[in-house]
Amino acid sequence: MLEAHDLACLKGDRLLFRELAFCLQAGDLLRVAGPNGVGKTSLLRLVTGLALPEAGEIRWQGASIRREREAFHRELLYLGHAPAINDLLSPLENLRFACAAAGDDSDEASCTRALERIGLADQLDLPSRVLSQGQRRRVGLARLFLSARRALWVLDEPFTALDVNAVADLAQALSEHCAGGGMVMLTTHQDAPFTRTPRVLDVGAYAC
Amino acid sequence: MLSTFLAVLRRDLLLAWRGRADVLVTLAFFVIVVCLFPFGVGAEPNQLRAIAPGVLWVAALLACLLSLHRLFAQDYSDGTLEQLLLSSEPAALWVTAKVLAFWLSTGLPVVAVAPGLALLLDLEQGALPVLVLSLALGTPILGLLGAVGAALTLGLRGGGMLLALLVLPLFVPVLIFGAGAVEAEMSGTGAAAHLLLLGGGLAGALALAPWACAAALRISTD
Repeated sequence: MLEAHDLACLKGDRLLFRELAFCLQAGDLLRVAGPNGVGKTSLLRLVTGLALPEAGEIRWQGASIRREREAFHRELLYLGHAPAINDLLSPLENLRFACAAAGDDSDEASCTRALERIGLADQLDLPSRVLSQGQRRRVGLARLFLSARRALWVLDEPFTALDVNAVADLAQALSEHCAGGGMVMLTTHQDAPFTRTPRVLDVGAYAC
Repeated sequence: MLSTFLAVLRRDLLLAWRGRADVLVTLAFFVIVVCLFPFGVGAEPNQLRAIAPGVLWVAALLACLLSLHRLFAQDYSDGTLEQLLLSSEPAALWVTAKVLAFWLSTGLPVVAVAPGLALLLDLEQGALPVLVLSLALGTPILGLLGAVGAALTLGLRGGGMLLALLVLPLFVPVLIFGAGAVEAEMSGTGAAAHLLLLGGGLAGALALAPWACAAALRISTD
């Protein structure tokens, strides 16, 4: 269970939001909503522990994520705005490194299967600089198929640059993760065909 | 734990190989800077021999500084650094792997070509092993200290210049003992004391710098 109490976020010298609170149970799908610049990405970074809140606390399974950082990060998968793809490496090399860096044991065969499943079977060994925006996004998303055991998925604009079929596939994968007892927290501006309606957290309601 | 270390090391070495033009530029810079001195101070062998240790060491230091900003810049801009910081492995571990890959791809080539350039400056052949050893002990310290500076200046406007201002004063002791080792060997007093100090410095930097660097990276990505 992920809980946030009384969160405030300071960006530069501007207070983005305050007294923000939410709770995420097993099986929950939470969509973080709000207009551009309201602090959606900042909220996701607070939740991952990459940034520190100005006030308030975030708890994972009852323990503060600052105190139990390593245990929390073992359960977390975060895909940010930047897809963490190096242009000089192939999609397969990028994916294998991403898994190894995160501490997941993923062999070449399972990484290849994940990339094939997400529609990059023909691009496995090309340098990533020749990939399109949507294809780069897919390389990052392929990690979802290798990290099902991570309970909490935090995704920043995962549908950006994806085509209609890929959006449907991804929405289904997210729904399945939730159905299996996982949690998903994401930001998006587009309607995705989730099997059940996500809960909505409107950051704009807490804006200063 | 070891698998993360090896994954980062392997990836950074692979990236250095795929982007080997950058590595060659650093090496060419080192060679050119050393070659400039005979033109500047004159080709008098006694004079060149006297300044050779200092020239080689300053050039090695500047070559290291030139490539330091590359250490985290790409990973910072493409989001890899965030993913590494979210790893459940200790950050000091993969920072050490990155610095090791950095040293293998930029420091080691400099150490390898230094004896050839030393002959160009007419350094005594007997002092060559000490020169190589002092560079082999000293350049990893430069990489470790520089990594802290690179992490602190990450994402700042004009970060490259700031990085130089930040780390050059820290490089001074390394320079003193590194160049001093070669001079001591030439003057016959023996280089053991200087080399031991460099070794101690390396051990200290290896123990402390990765933690400082990891903390600096967390601040820079906040």
